[in-house]
Amino acid sequence: MTRVSVQTGPFDPGSEAEALERLGAGAIATFTGLVRNDDGVDALTLEHYPGMTEAALEALLAEAEARWSLAGARIVHRVGRLDIGARIVFVGTASAHRKDALEACAFLIDRLKTDAPFWKKEDRAGAESWVAARETDEDAAARWED
Amino acid sequence: MRVDILYFAWMREAVGVAQEQVDIPVEVGTVADLAAWLTTRSAGHLAALGDSQKLRCAVNQQMAAPDARLEGAREIAFFPPVTGG
Repeated sequence: MTRVSVQTGPFDPGSEAEALERLGAGAIATFTGLVRNDDGVDALTLEHYPGMTEAALEALLAEAEARWSLAGARIVHRVGRLDIGARIVFVGTASAHRKDALEACAFLIDRLKTDAPFWKKEDRAGAESWVAARETDEDAAARWED
Repeated sequence: MRVDILYFAWMREAVGVAQEQVDIPVEVGTVADLAAWLTTRSAGHLAALGDSQKLRCAVNQQMAAPDARLEGAREIAFFPPVTGG
């Protein structure tokens, strides 16, 4: 199973979860992030750093596997222009029991937001502006520090 | 030392190019030194790289702190704090 995909095209969270189910573990946790309907935002455009992005996501998966007992894990992240409601990111984890899958899934999305080189630009009625990083994301990632 | 410098997001727009090749003088030893040296190239470079609080860097596609040394660097990227997910 491919562990990391960075792609312009859509993904299907159901198919992704089913691929994890086929690993034969007892528990699957998934997270799907969508383009939020923030006031005035028509669409987002996501830019990334080809090469580094994939390596950074693989490094996060390796860190998750070292901390939790996982049967498998998967990250899909879209780039390019995405309309309101479009799926941006999928994180899925499989483990024997729920605790490892749930914690590893939360860890992966929290750390993805601070460690992986993606940048969002908002389009509001044709006016574009880059999204600023949020301190709450730094706090969410920091809770996984030992 | 000849290296490729990459810019992303609003820093790419401010500099006006996504990538450029530069010869780094020997006295430029760290990521912070390089950012300061690059700001002298143009007003766009200064706008992009002038505020160290907003600046993040990767050396050879690995996140690098301001005091990281540049020996062995082939590709150095500057970008704002990331906003994916």
